[in-house]
Amino acid sequence: MRRRIEYHDLLQALTRMTGAEKHAPSATSTLDTLHVLYDRVLDVAPARCDDPGRDRFVLSKGHGPMAYYAVLAARGFFPPGVLDGFGGFDSPLGHHPDRSRVPGVEVSSGSLGHGLPIAVGIALALRAQRRERPDVAPGNSSPGDTTLERRSPRVVVMLGDAELEEGSNHEAIAFAARTRLDTLTAIVIDNDSASLGWPGGIARRFEGEGWLARTVDGRDHDALERALIAPSEGPLAVVAKVEPKHG
Amino acid sequence: MPTMRDRFVTLTHAALDRDPKVALVLADISVSAFETARSRHPDRVINVGIREQLMLGVAGGLAIEGMRPIAHSYAPFLVERAYEQLKVALGHQGVGAILASVGASYDWAAGGRTHHAPADVVLLDALPGWHVQVPGHPDEVAPLFSDALVRDESVYLRLSTRQNEAPRQIVAGRSSVVRRGRRGTVIAVGPMLDPTLAAIQGLDLTVLYATTVRPFDAATLRDTMPSATHGSHDIALVEPTVEGTSSHVVSAALVDRPHRLLAIGVPRVELRRYGTPEDHDRAYGLDARGLAERLTPFFR
Repeated sequence: MRRRIEYHDLLQALTRMTGAEKHAPSATSTLDTLHVLYDRVLDVAPARCDDPGRDRFVLSKGHGPMAYYAVLAARGFFPPGVLDGFGGFDSPLGHHPDRSRVPGVEVSSGSLGHGLPIAVGIALALRAQRRERPDVAPGNSSPGDTTLERRSPRVVVMLGDAELEEGSNHEAIAFAARTRLDTLTAIVIDNDSASLGWPGGIARRFEGEGWLARTVDGRDHDALERALIAPSEGPLAVVAKVEPKHG
Repeated sequence: MPTMRDRFVTLTHAALDRDPKVALVLADISVSAFETARSRHPDRVINVGIREQLMLGVAGGLAIEGMRPIAHSYAPFLVERAYEQLKVALGHQGVGAILASVGASYDWAAGGRTHHAPADVVLLDALPGWHVQVPGHPDEVAPLFSDALVRDESVYLRLSTRQNEAPRQIVAGRSSVVRRGRRGTVIAVGPMLDPTLAAIQGLDLTVLYATTVRPFDAATLRDTMPSATHGSHDIALVEPTVEGTSSHVVSAALVDRPHRLLAIGVPRVELRRYGTPEDHDRAYGLDARGLAERLTPFFR
């Protein structure tokens, strides 16, 4: 049983990178969802970075990766001391994450609209290669248990509501449902920052293409967990609503 | 006579049958040619529809998971339309793919500017690590394709309907020595070999035939250069791509030797004319006569 991640530790980790004691909501818009993902949902571990059966997480909106780094450090992917050098020339932690520099980072990101198409490719590769993982209760990973049913690893992508404006996402949204990528989950952190807004809500952009979409309070950990682990047919979109960026 | 594209289709079918790591990503172009492969390997022959950004993102994701993706489309849509994906979804991830294009330069002259892509190699050349293969005959596709399959790096396979009369014995990564001469060297790239040979009749030149243009085979150029004339090595470059595509790699290869370089290729113009590829050759001075008019005085 792995050590639980304490939310308080994550805020302290953010302080190591920003130097600030208090964090604006916009700086932590992703923190709760990342916390829930790495604490309760994703089947990943530092010792299993190369395990073909691990889940894949893709931070598509590579902006503001401090929360991501904080969670990876808390889960033991790298020592917390690494956080201190954030953005420095000798630090592996840039203002956008690089998979070749940071253990646990599956995809290098930064410019918007690349993560979801790449995640579709990852999910297709896992399907083509019949990658499997133990079907374990989230948060209770016990890789030694051989009685477990095997399932395809999940591919979970985190986007922002403004990032969704990039057209490349819509190419991926249309395709993923048509090709029935059941293992794909897109999380949209919605802090109402898209310049032109999404009249009628974000969920319908996915539902119209055949995704199952769930809209939840992005600060409610239990609601996030339920939305992320309840079974779905076809790809799943979870819209995590947080305080408006300019509210 | 099978075309380069026909050969690519056959080779890709065989590669998909042989190697479970190989995947083909299409964006509606050539889908019918791969119907058999798609029925045999539905998970590895992927048509994303007319979505080029997704095509390259998917190729990146497949490569991240250790597969060898082949993305295939018409040159402007494969290289130009989603250029940032080449940088981010492949290069920045530290992974590679094979990009196989059809519709080189102005193969479809009557298609107009939207369907011409003479700058494809220049664009790829701005990104680190790409191998660029420009076959000049359908028989030359196989060795270049085989070389691309076994690599991890990104490889661009530039397939054209323009071709030389006869294939040459080629080795991926090396230029072939067509003949040796004393006055200077002309490097002909891919389908430009035949018009170049026709243009230099009567000139005593070393002729190199380059099908791999990146990385550039500097060693063969240096090893086969005749002695300098009037204190200078004279080199001409004849390319089916934008004029000067390979000037900088030739200059870099000869940085320690005094030299003159004549770079011939597709000029940077909006011609706004249709017709045939041969019409465009003439308009750009890339037919044998136009080439002779520039090569002859250069080597006088």
